Amino acid sequence: MATVTPSNPRRNVNRIGLDTKQYRGTKTTLCAGCGHNAISERIIGACYEMGIDPGRVIKLSGIGCSSKSPAYFLGSAHGFNAVHGRMPSVGTGALLANSKLIAIGVSGDGDTGAIGIGQFVHLMRRNLPIVYIIEDNGCYGLTKGQFSPTADLGSTLKTGVVNDLPPIDTCALAVELGATFVARSFSGDKKQLMAILKAALSHRGTAMVDVLSPCVTFNDHEGSTKSYSHVKEHDDPLEEVSFVPFFEDIAVDYEPGTTQAVPMHDGSTLYLTKLDEQYDALDKIQALRVLNETRRRGEFATGVIYVEPDRDDFLAMLNLVDEPLAQLPQSRVRPQRAALNEIMESLR
Amino acid sequence: MAVSDIALQDAPLADVTDPVVNDFSIRVATVNGSGSQTANLVLLRSIFRMGIPVSGKNLFPSNIAGLPTWFTIRASKDGYIARKPGIDLLVSMNAETAREDVLSLDSDAVVVYDAPLNLDGLRDDLVFYPVPFDKLVAEICRDAKLRRLVRNMIYDGVLANLLQIDMQQMDAALEKQLGRKPKAVALNRGALEIGYRYAAEHLEKRDRLVLAPMKKTKGLILVEGNAAAALGAMMAGVTVVTWYPITPSSSLCETLIDYLQKYRLDPETGKATFAVVQAEDEIAALGMALGAGWAGARSMTSTSGPGVSLMGEFSGLGYYAEVPAVIFDVQRVGPSTGLPTRTAQGDVLTTAFLSHGDTRHLMLFPASVEECYTMAIEAFDLAERFQTPVFVMSDLDLGMNTWMSKAFNYPKKPLDRGKVLDQETLDRIGRFGRYRDVDGDGIPYRSIPGADMPAFFCRGSGHNEWAQYSERPDDYQANVDRLARKFETARNWMPEPVVEINRKASIGIIAYGTTHWAIVESRDQLLAEADLQTSYYRVCAYPFRDALVSFIERYDRVYVVEQNRDAQMLSLMKLDVRPELANRLRSVLHYSGDPIDARTVTDSILIQEGYRVEKAGAQTTRLPHSAGVGGE
Repeated sequence: MATVTPSNPRRNVNRIGLDTKQYRGTKTTLCAGCGHNAISERIIGACYEMGIDPGRVIKLSGIGCSSKSPAYFLGSAHGFNAVHGRMPSVGTGALLANSKLIAIGVSGDGDTGAIGIGQFVHLMRRNLPIVYIIEDNGCYGLTKGQFSPTADLGSTLKTGVVNDLPPIDTCALAVELGATFVARSFSGDKKQLMAILKAALSHRGTAMVDVLSPCVTFNDHEGSTKSYSHVKEHDDPLEEVSFVPFFEDIAVDYEPGTTQAVPMHDGSTLYLTKLDEQYDALDKIQALRVLNETRRRGEFATGVIYVEPDRDDFLAMLNLVDEPLAQLPQSRVRPQRAALNEIMESLR
Repeated sequence: MAVSDIALQDAPLADVTDPVVNDFSIRVATVNGSGSQTANLVLLRSIFRMGIPVSGKNLFPSNIAGLPTWFTIRASKDGYIARKPGIDLLVSMNAETAREDVLSLDSDAVVVYDAPLNLDGLRDDLVFYPVPFDKLVAEICRDAKLRRLVRNMIYDGVLANLLQIDMQQMDAALEKQLGRKPKAVALNRGALEIGYRYAAEHLEKRDRLVLAPMKKTKGLILVEGNAAAALGAMMAGVTVVTWYPITPSSSLCETLIDYLQKYRLDPETGKATFAVVQAEDEIAALGMALGAGWAGARSMTSTSGPGVSLMGEFSGLGYYAEVPAVIFDVQRVGPSTGLPTRTAQGDVLTTAFLSHGDTRHLMLFPASVEECYTMAIEAFDLAERFQTPVFVMSDLDLGMNTWMSKAFNYPKKPLDRGKVLDQETLDRIGRFGRYRDVDGDGIPYRSIPGADMPAFFCRGSGHNEWAQYSERPDDYQANVDRLARKFETARNWMPEPVVEINRKASIGIIAYGTTHWAIVESRDQLLAEADLQTSYYRVCAYPFRDALVSFIERYDRVYVVEQNRDAQMLSLMKLDVRPELANRLRSVLHYSGDPIDARTVTDSILIQEGYRVEKAGAQTTRLPHSAGVGGE
């Protein structure tokens, strides 16, 4: 495991003494300009700034361009590139084995919305503590540009084929199904995405982040509603998202009524400065309404769409011992002889 | 007054001339959902408690209430516990099947029946005992809802009287079955009592069937294979259980949950040292098990054929990415609607190569409830030792039926967690390469997330020995060759076969799983009826041990007996043995959904050996040797 000792120990290290290089992965093999690379950069930045120990992180993915990307960040963390659409189950199992792990899942719109919709649905229902990122470009990149289920009605392929089926809104679905942190962002919006990712990492429960991430090779043409320019023009931020982590003693002045301060599980605070006076990110009904309304207008509502910071996550419901199950010694997992004798007696 | 008092008061039953003692089958025909299972298990257990070897097989529909179900109890003084085709005593409670059930009986069989069914006119070569169940149950139970549930207990009382079952044992069996539910015990005791009395007062013994105490079940237990496997999993220290309900495997995880909740809560905190998750489907169930195995847990799932099919892709990933998990496959008959509640050994080939690419899986074949227990424990050790999914191939007959067994032993060996990277190993090997064959046995070292050892990126097929992404042909080939080497190493770690070499034998028999019990009986039949000596090789695992080859080498003809249509195990063996040895293998197949019986095996082997088999009884006639044996 390569580690880099900075020449000046005080220069560019985070709160656990690591520099950004230690959050990098291998060189990306995705297309130049791919939105997914920008997302990887933000993950690196968010983990670095949050001072997350890569040794505690597990990176999970399914199959597709998006799912290749966990190799390109946090190279010293364990990673599991699972099968198509089934990353949620692998992540669930890993967290059952070790509830202390920090899980970052990266999926795509096909991996989530098509083949993986079943596992996605149940992941959201369970509120498993995982940051679940969809790198959403509305097409299948790795198989050369077919429509995915998040492609918008009327959007076209490069060949001119028109999508005539309505899209699955993964955010609306996640809110409906019980995810406790639901956000949408744009790979081109560094500031917003970074703040959202940091908040997602502070959240205890499923943090579903749908990131519109244009496919520069197969879905960046005129007629596509997931092209860079189209998304940029139709990005409709709900609020200005800022985040103050628990370990930073920063007092934020804000005008009550315009900014919502959401206390996160780990003591951090998420500040949502409203651009729309009406919006309340703790209100599920409003979240669904705004998603529907923006979609009708052909726009993408971005920002933290819904957050429920206090609900018990899936692991909390299982009443597990404090130590990771994977690390329990034989003496704690193999019952004593008396137990077997008692069972044998009951069977006579 | 307790029911046991009746037995003490009553005079011995009428003399039976030429009795058939402790060697017959009882079939109870009821409607499912009518509480008959309690009555049937009490009957089974009371015979067991009399010291008589016994087995119980439930033939039930895929339905909750209202369809026919048959429970067959075989008492065998000789200890045979395979299914026996002929029925000696029928308890007929189901109007829908009564006629066909009676018409299918052999001559001289006994029928205890619900009086309004008027069955005694159907045949004149059977012994009929009518019992007015509705009238009797009305006398002891005012609640109409409960009547339906205790009504069946009356036939236990009737049989206790007719067959001379020890009423003290039946009473004890009732308490065992119902546990601490005094009201239920009292009500059912009343039903036993009235049945017993009715028989004593109204039925004159006219048949030859009698049960007499023996001492052949001392120290034994009665248990279903699924419960035994669950117990094994708990003693193996399973920590993550992920499953999806499916007949006939559901009771494995359900029983496991009961055991875990009783024996695996931390004594100080009351918190669980296990996690159980009911997944959304079998794909997710195995995905979770693999995720947990990758992260260092002892993980398992339990399923049946349809689930195994769905687990195909993940099984391959587990094989290539080298992730441990234990999968119990409680095999049943084919896909979809119809026979999910019938038994088979039909997943052998599918499972051996489950998934795509060059995949081979480790499989264990328990034949008994005891092996469900021991092999469950062994499966977890093998999964971690070989870092791969391990399949425990049980079946419905074993998993859901009640079997006698000697009590299970406490495991002697400590848990084998396999080659998990630690600092000492890292110092020794220098640099960690997840898929490097450091020790030459094909088994690499693995590091576990969260354990402060160097990490790796876990992928399917495209990686080199350092776990780096690679599409290079030489990397791929080197990796699959190492996986093959690992498989060869596993060969000598798998449970050994159980081999009985008979020096006088002219033929060999190979079987596995529950087929074993028919073989035990069939070998005795072959000897008694045709003086045919046999040797026997019972396969316990795949990959096969080398002993398989030397066994086949001994005989010109070796019969592979199994419960599927396509001779799946035989096919698997053909891949492993030289062609001239493969030519010696012959098949005996049984695939009706019923558990295999000895008669089927015996007749099939005799016919293939050139004997003429007369269908009436066990009479066989020997033909000139040249007439029938089709040996090369």
